Amino acid sequence: MKDLIAQLERIVGQDQVLKEPEDLIPYGFDGTAVLKEPAMCVVFPADVNEVAAVVGVAASHGTPIVTRGSGTGLSGGSVPVRNGVVVCLLRLNRILEIDARNLTISAQCGVITKDIADEAAKAGLFYPPDPGSMKISTIGGNVAENSGGLRGLKYGVTRNYVMGLEAVLPSGEVCWFGNKCVKDVAGYSMKDLFIGSEGTLGIITRVLLRLLPKPASRRTLLASFSSMEAAAATVSAIIEARVIPCTLEFLDRVTVRCVEDYAGIGLPLEAEAILLMETDGHPAVVAEEAKQMTVIARENGATDVKVAADEQEGERLATARRAAFSALARMKPTTILEDATVPRSELTKMVRKIQEVGERYNLTIGTFGHMGDGNLHPTILTDEKDADEMDRVEKAMHEMFEYAIELGGTITGEHGVGLAKKPFLPRQFTESSYALMKSLKRTLDPDGLLNPGKIFD
Amino acid sequence: MTKPVPQARRTENYLQDLDYSVLQQCMHCGMCLPTCPTYMETGKEKNSPRGRIALMRAIADGELSVSRAFGDEMYYCLGCLACVTACPADVDYARLFEMARAETERQDVLNRPSRNLIRRLTLRGIFTRPRLLRAVGRLLYVYQAAGLEGLVRRSGLLRLLPKRLRELEPLTPRVCRTFSDGLIGEVEKPVERRYRVGLLTGCVQDLTFSDVNRDTVDVLLANGCEVITPRCQACCGSLHGHNGEWELAKVLARRNLDAFDLDGLDAVITNAAGCGSHLKHYDRLLAGDERYAQRARTWSNKVRDISEWLVEIGIRRPQVAATPLAVTYHEACHLCHGQGITRQPRDLLKAIPGLELRELKESTWCCGSAGIYNITQPAMSEKLRDRKVDHLRATEATVVASANPGCNIQISAGLVASKGRAMAVHHPVSLLAEAYRRETG
Repeated sequence: MKDLIAQLERIVGQDQVLKEPEDLIPYGFDGTAVLKEPAMCVVFPADVNEVAAVVGVAASHGTPIVTRGSGTGLSGGSVPVRNGVVVCLLRLNRILEIDARNLTISAQCGVITKDIADEAAKAGLFYPPDPGSMKISTIGGNVAENSGGLRGLKYGVTRNYVMGLEAVLPSGEVCWFGNKCVKDVAGYSMKDLFIGSEGTLGIITRVLLRLLPKPASRRTLLASFSSMEAAAATVSAIIEARVIPCTLEFLDRVTVRCVEDYAGIGLPLEAEAILLMETDGHPAVVAEEAKQMTVIARENGATDVKVAADEQEGERLATARRAAFSALARMKPTTILEDATVPRSELTKMVRKIQEVGERYNLTIGTFGHMGDGNLHPTILTDEKDADEMDRVEKAMHEMFEYAIELGGTITGEHGVGLAKKPFLPRQFTESSYALMKSLKRTLDPDGLLNPGKIFD
Repeated sequence: MTKPVPQARRTENYLQDLDYSVLQQCMHCGMCLPTCPTYMETGKEKNSPRGRIALMRAIADGELSVSRAFGDEMYYCLGCLACVTACPADVDYARLFEMARAETERQDVLNRPSRNLIRRLTLRGIFTRPRLLRAVGRLLYVYQAAGLEGLVRRSGLLRLLPKRLRELEPLTPRVCRTFSDGLIGEVEKPVERRYRVGLLTGCVQDLTFSDVNRDTVDVLLANGCEVITPRCQACCGSLHGHNGEWELAKVLARRNLDAFDLDGLDAVITNAAGCGSHLKHYDRLLAGDERYAQRARTWSNKVRDISEWLVEIGIRRPQVAATPLAVTYHEACHLCHGQGITRQPRDLLKAIPGLELRELKESTWCCGSAGIYNITQPAMSEKLRDRKVDHLRATEATVVASANPGCNIQISAGLVASKGRAMAVHHPVSLLAEAYRRETG
């Protein structure tokens, strides 16, 4: 071990390797509840060459590597593995190029997501994916987890914006996949293999992203409902009416209270559920869609529909919504967040199931989520020190996952499998498709060097 | 990697005695990271709020002992509380951080001769003895006023000082000729009385900004407040509370409670953000004190920052012709993060005819003063100071308004060091007082 650390220090410099307990404990976790594991050391390479060299040295010692950005993941993807090296990529933090003629941006993996969005906005362009942690999450982490956000319904997720990426393979080789072409069918779409691979196939060090023209106008609406089902029905009716707003966010009563407690922006506390709806694009279309959504919400039992006064107010509402998960932590010591996702036509059923399971197991569940894309976040408010309750949490989660799969859904819409959902993954695959996925991993990483034990064993 | 402390040897400590749910409240989501000045400079989790809480939790769990590295980290934290503003989960970081520092002191892991000397002289020495503090202030004034300071600087004598002290020497604040007691009567009555308030004169404020205290009284009088200013006040204990000296903080709090006749006052006014943030928590500090708990609760209910109080009672707009003045506002951490006061100082400034308020980029980012942080952590402090000065210069304002003596000293020093166009630094209340003075000519 000493030998390994000395070699790593020669590559990145002594001050870029952490090895004391006081330095390592803060790297023992990411944004996921409960999961914790100490690392042997944390290394901060400065560029792709250092990353490759670090991989080479770790490989020669047979030491596993866990890649980390800002550590905000929600499935334990960057939780260290015992006696492993954590490679933290925050020093690869340069935006390399913004190409206004091809509408692309190129950046190193450690750039903060919000900085990508801001840089694009300066050029009058738009990078749509906006995960809740975008103020601090890294773009490399977003690509590795294929992060979603509030705009998935209209604009898709991170994958839809990746045109190219550079990855360091377990062998230490550096590969580039992709280009600035809108169309490209040369060979397998290798970049897509690495998107959402959760650090198990390669270390993503650089990305080339697609940008869009910035929408000329946007409008935000806030609708209140006296039942969760009415809100879900509204969402289904909006989609059925062929309206695709950029955001259809749902918050239940518990969540609304917590968010209001934190942000104090005047959310309706008496409502059972609220929908935060946003439409963007050409001003005439925006006006028309806003009107349509208001009518549909009223028809489906909305007790009130408010229009945000301006873009700033709309942004404040969206920012408050992004804090929902953390705000729920006000209620109980431990906050377990799930992201079961179902086809939109099945939303009402799923919402009802979550309520029913929560009551049956006597658990406090706050539900919010991206209702427009069927991605719900039932969040169980509990205490990890209460063994009996944790047992019920486990059972409730299991039932919710089973039901989501039954409805043709998925156990995770945007957080990834990591450690948190690993036990549930086989249920979603057939035997042969699960085996194929594992054999793919073995082909690229025969020694199980990169993020072992994540996604599957 | 971490050595668990055997159960039998485990000593009861502040972090282990603490209600565990306070630590659990942090669900390490990372929302605090982009607002933490130390984390954003170093990029290391240990230097972040959630990282520090993880260390505290490791101690509470018996996975880590209170080590020198732990203690150092607790003092590397600015205590700016930006994380408290950012935290959606409502983690009580202020409490955790004070406990962690208190435990660090209790276990004495940072025992170093120079540190011990500084702490003995300051926290346990002059800041607990108001008369001694003022005597030291008097000496410093004579030294500065007689021109000895310049003489000593030119003579090269400073080179005889240890390097650390030599670097600090330029930070020595200008001491006022007359302290608050000489400028302010014990009771001052307005023309028409609407309220009666008590005034806290502070310690650093009293020595180096006694004019701000005078301005505060003038503004209060102009707004119909009778002002009671007890003589020779003690330090409020905020330095002690934030630096792990809880018992001393309690002693000082009791002294202040004794100095004011609370029942006869509508409010107790402070104009120093760092003090105010601590003063409002006397109730918590003395909750276990049978004799003082009730008084401390009343006290906490009545303490108001000057801008908070003025907005609450309605600011009388000065009746003077508009004089153009471009002002930018730096938010003291313990005003915006510690007390949640952001709108009121701006309202106060906007009440001044002709004043143009230019918003400052990163206005709530710590300037690096942070109590005695600029003395204990000069390198990080200077980085933050320069970052602040760059933003201040970018506004092209002529005046910086800021409501905390520590910030004002730090920013003034930063402006001088950056050698650009002169920018004056004033407490917002001084700008308002100046406008009232123009009313009478």
